[in-house]
Amino acid sequence: MRPPPSIEGRDRRRALALAAPALLWTLVFFALPFGVMAVLSLWQRTDQGLQAAWTLANYAQFLNSPAYLQAALNSLEITVVVTVLSVALAYPLAWIIAVELPPRFRRLALALAVVPFWTSYVVRSYAWSLVLAKRGVLNGWLGDLGLPLLDLANSRAATVIGFTHFFTMLLTLTIYASLVQLPPNLRRAAADLGAGPLQIFRFVVWPLALPGVMVGAFLTFALCIGDYVTPQILGGGNDLALPQLVMLQIGRRADLPMAAALSIILMAAVTLAYLCMARWMKAPAP
Amino acid sequence: MKTTTRLLAVLAGTTLLTQAAAAQEKQLNALVWCDHTDEALIKPFEDKFGMKVNLKEYEGTGAALSLIEQSQPGDWDVLVVDGIDVPRVVEAGILGPLPTDQLPYDSLFPELVMEENHVIDGKTYAISEKFGYNTVSYNSAVISPDDLADMTRLWSDKAPGSIAVYDYYLPVIGMVAKGLGLHTDEITMEDLPAIEEALMKLKDNASLVGEVVASQTAIATGEVDILFGGGEWVTAGLTADLPDLDWLIPEQGAVRWSQSIGVFADSKQPDLAVEFVKHVLSPAGQAALATSSCYWAMPANSMAGAMMTDAQKDALRWDQQTDYLNKTELYPAPDAELDAAMQDVWTRFLAR
Repeated sequence: MRPPPSIEGRDRRRALALAAPALLWTLVFFALPFGVMAVLSLWQRTDQGLQAAWTLANYAQFLNSPAYLQAALNSLEITVVVTVLSVALAYPLAWIIAVELPPRFRRLALALAVVPFWTSYVVRSYAWSLVLAKRGVLNGWLGDLGLPLLDLANSRAATVIGFTHFFTMLLTLTIYASLVQLPPNLRRAAADLGAGPLQIFRFVVWPLALPGVMVGAFLTFALCIGDYVTPQILGGGNDLALPQLVMLQIGRRADLPMAAALSIILMAAVTLAYLCMARWMKAPAP
Repeated sequence: MKTTTRLLAVLAGTTLLTQAAAAQEKQLNALVWCDHTDEALIKPFEDKFGMKVNLKEYEGTGAALSLIEQSQPGDWDVLVVDGIDVPRVVEAGILGPLPTDQLPYDSLFPELVMEENHVIDGKTYAISEKFGYNTVSYNSAVISPDDLADMTRLWSDKAPGSIAVYDYYLPVIGMVAKGLGLHTDEITMEDLPAIEEALMKLKDNASLVGEVVASQTAIATGEVDILFGGGEWVTAGLTADLPDLDWLIPEQGAVRWSQSIGVFADSKQPDLAVEFVKHVLSPAGQAALATSSCYWAMPANSMAGAMMTDAQKDALRWDQQTDYLNKTELYPAPDAELDAAMQDVWTRFLAR
């Protein structure tokens, strides 16, 4: 006679069944394409088409080409600046919504924060290009006020502004989600124990809200470093970024192996960023 | 029979009927440039043959080759491709021969027959359908044409205005080569350092390097005064609203681009595909293609003029084509090694 299935075994099977769709999704839409891309990065494009060369030549070409390295450096610099700026702008905004605003206005404030997401990403970038243009909206205002005009269009500054506008709103949501969960009693208790506002922020609020900040910062980093549209439209071709280099390989050279190698390098940068930030993404132990 | 089983049976039957109906509807799959997507060009053909044309837009021959490599044989019927890349795609076995006796060679502009590109081993694989010039567009309200007569000023210390550069390496390298006194079909590896030096100075003077839309937007909004690598394809469609936009061919000359159309070697319906090519090359098809909403340019078939208004022909400078054709050369058609070197130069130009 077969022994009855243990409760533990049944729970394990049930957990596996529940997780199966997510695992299947990850396998089909991430692991498998990633594997194909990794393999492809070891191939070579020749006059005869794609050749399974099994070589690291594409990676060597990246390391030996100053233009490719410059593109990677440009991407990293833009991404770091955008991430830092977005956190710096989003934190106070999230604080105001979560703490300072009366609860009845929070929903409206959050709705306003997500308004930028309602428009197409491409349209938003083109809109910024018109705002920042030499004869655009911004310079129109500055001219009316008798102030010197700015030469922001088609520059790294324009790319950073376009990115920061988008990611500040994204970060505001993740930071807000962390801040709104903090019990107000914690701040009151710290104040009762003699802590000043700066100390309360530094020793109570900041550590507890840090996971939300870091999750948002990581999302910003990952989305920003892999973005092609904004540098293409707002950068004016003056600051070649790594995703643009990937597109050059595909659109001009039909060199999928080199594009795959560059994409792997891009993913390595994102993975490295994750490893650096992961320790702060966890919620603090109770 | 249980209700569920009946439902499944009905569903299966409906699916089979839908698939059969879809299979019966004729469809043509064309890999094209954006100027082929206007209803004015496609609908008359669909109505005539009672079928649907599926259009897939692409930019750059590299992108087309990637798409074709990822497709199954027989997926595609018609290919629109850069005229200079026809030998490359024929060598890859992508295009099949065309029935030349059915195509309007008699009325093509002679310079657009381009046998050296379209005829390989005695067989014709493609035919020109549209052409234009990569030269210099400018805002005549700000810039005098005299300032642009010598294109080398654009990469000197005395650039006459704010400059955008069209982001496509072949025509721009061809233009710079013309500026340096070279012929586009004679560019060698030894010429690249001088071309690169001029390009880098041009980049220093330029405020923008952009593709079609970005270039058009920049000159249309006054962001720049000059578009190096531009031409009638930038200005012709905008002249009604922006009459100050103009273009010229500098004294050193300029480069000419052309696009060709052909039928896939493994098309499952080559006869219908040839009919589509004939439609695009017909005077009406050519007039629609020439004034496409994506970009305007000269039709290869000179008979299209009868189907176009005077204003349209003026915008394309129909009557000056003989002069322009004489002053321009096809843009470079490098072999694989030179092409790779040119792209490396362009990557460094973009990264500067």
